[in-house]
Amino acid sequence: MNSTVLNSSVKIAAPPKELEREPLVLNNRPLSWITNQVARIIEGDTPRWWWIGFILSATVTVLVPIYVGYLISTGVGVWGLNSPIAWGWAIVNFVFWIGIGHAGTLISAVLFLLRQKWRTSINRAAEAMTIFAVMCAGIFPGIHVGRIWYAWWLFPLPNSNGPIWPQFRSPLLWDVFAVSTYATVSLLFWYMGLIPDLATIRDRCKNFFSKFLYGLFSLGWTGSNRHWRNYEKAYLLLAGLSTPLVLSVHSIVSFDFAVSQVPGWHTTIFPPYFVAGAVFSGFGMVLTLMIPLRSIFHLHDLLTVRHIDLMCKVVLATGTIVGYAYGMEFFIAWYGGNPYEAYCFQNRAFGPYWWAYWIMISCNVITPQFFWVKKFRRNILLVWVLSIFVNIGMWFERFVIVVSSLHRDYIPANWSYYSPTKVDVLTFVGTFGLFGVLFLLFIRFLPLIAISEVKGITNYADPHHPQGGAKGGHH
Amino acid sequence: MSTQKAQEYGLLAEFETPADAMHAAEKIRDAGFTRWDVHTPFPIHGMDEAMGLKNSKVGWFSFCGGVTGFTAGYTMIWFMNKFNYPIVVGGKPLFSPMFPFPVVYEMTILLSAFGAIFGMLFLNRLPKLHHPLLKNHRFKGATDDKFYIIIETSDPRYVEEEIRDLFQSEGCNHIELVAE
Repeated sequence: MNSTVLNSSVKIAAPPKELEREPLVLNNRPLSWITNQVARIIEGDTPRWWWIGFILSATVTVLVPIYVGYLISTGVGVWGLNSPIAWGWAIVNFVFWIGIGHAGTLISAVLFLLRQKWRTSINRAAEAMTIFAVMCAGIFPGIHVGRIWYAWWLFPLPNSNGPIWPQFRSPLLWDVFAVSTYATVSLLFWYMGLIPDLATIRDRCKNFFSKFLYGLFSLGWTGSNRHWRNYEKAYLLLAGLSTPLVLSVHSIVSFDFAVSQVPGWHTTIFPPYFVAGAVFSGFGMVLTLMIPLRSIFHLHDLLTVRHIDLMCKVVLATGTIVGYAYGMEFFIAWYGGNPYEAYCFQNRAFGPYWWAYWIMISCNVITPQFFWVKKFRRNILLVWVLSIFVNIGMWFERFVIVVSSLHRDYIPANWSYYSPTKVDVLTFVGTFGLFGVLFLLFIRFLPLIAISEVKGITNYADPHHPQGGAKGGHH
Repeated sequence: MSTQKAQEYGLLAEFETPADAMHAAEKIRDAGFTRWDVHTPFPIHGMDEAMGLKNSKVGWFSFCGGVTGFTAGYTMIWFMNKFNYPIVVGGKPLFSPMFPFPVVYEMTILLSAFGAIFGMLFLNRLPKLHHPLLKNHRFKGATDDKFYIIIETSDPRYVEEEIRDLFQSEGCNHIELVAE
């Protein structure tokens, strides 16, 4: 970097090379370049790969209504559940998808409060991922209630059954409130962030119909500073509210297990361990999605290798917390002196589900350790492959927790083995189709990168920087 | 003259850099204008001070939402589980501040978030389906890479020639009258 003129008479030398930071927008790209680079994704022709992906995802999505319909019309016997394994893939998939969502909120809220400017390149897509993942997650508890036509009993709605209300001592009801609040607040936060960018698209639209729609959804945004003032305050407040929210959501999901008496579930480490696991899996998914998009849409200057490097560090940190939690669970199972607890953990690692346990350990504990090495964090292909292992590992973590804790309960005569049926598997596959459809629609019609936020972190946006027009001597 | 003035919304100046717009805003603030605004593609750090704006009131909306969520949550659960449909589960008390807390916590956050977002939209008088500036072709730069200052004709200090001079001395690159 060249030396910077801060004052007409004083020249400050550039910092030594080892202290220089890589810029977050490479090649000193001007503001209008950023607008063009993101907006052209929406404005250009629909690429062929998009149609292929869309048709494929839409076809796979059809599995959801087919198998959910089959489930409802036939009964929960079509799943692999048995006694004592009353919770199977549906709950595993629910926790898996909810966990994926957590990275979006972490990026949009926690990293905002921590003033991590690199979040701006990834927050939009990560928040979209959050919302779509929560939508996929929401399918499972709904169909898991058994008699699905009573699913509305989950909500405290007035009804004609005499006074009859939900029982609020149950963590499952807490979960209803946690997940629905999470979905609502994430959606609103995402939409609020979109308003200035929708206005950008509106101002570039040539076609009347799209101009009308983008105009409608940008709510008449003019970029007024009197508006920005309230907008920024609301953004800060939402970040401040989403931070305790995201921590509470997966804590409450973990209460579904931890508040019960089942050995293997009844542990106080669950809330922080679940939250760390959720962030870990979510960042894994962000990497899996963003690395291909970055290449396809030539976003290398906006989503730089430094961004990927930083995300890998988050994966390393949260993955290591998860590894610590696995170890600590085992330690307490032994140290706590409860024979049922001790048996449960021994059975987890060496019992009939040993394979699931060791897949989980290798994917979640070993995979992130590669990211100690800078060279690996910056090898994009390797990062992408490892991110997929993270996703696989975190699905298995939930499988291990749910199934291995249940399959051998107190009376050995009850012991059983759980295997999913075709219905279990294909419903889950169908939710990936749904996620794909929603995400593809998102990248086609909405700005994939938060244009105004990325502009705001460049030097061109800083009125005290020469590139922002500062001439020196004013202050 | 007065009829023509009524058809004009204000005088719009375009700036190339945030620094130029901010220095111009400081001048306009010091000159005592009241009906004017700065339009930028992203929030500029320090512009609120340059315009002499006070702290946003969105926080109060959010706070009121949070208080409502908290009290509504506890009241709802007390009403449902203790008053209207008391049912003993595991010999536990019908009501305590503990077991409803996770639900109340979520409701506090939900209504605070509503307060923040809808409070922001209310204070900004959005959604707005029409704005004179949005008809102006040049103004499209406000969502791209240009910075604008508008002084409305309804400002009591509005004198077109003086404002033109002020804008020009601050290095703006384009000035035009915007139709109502």
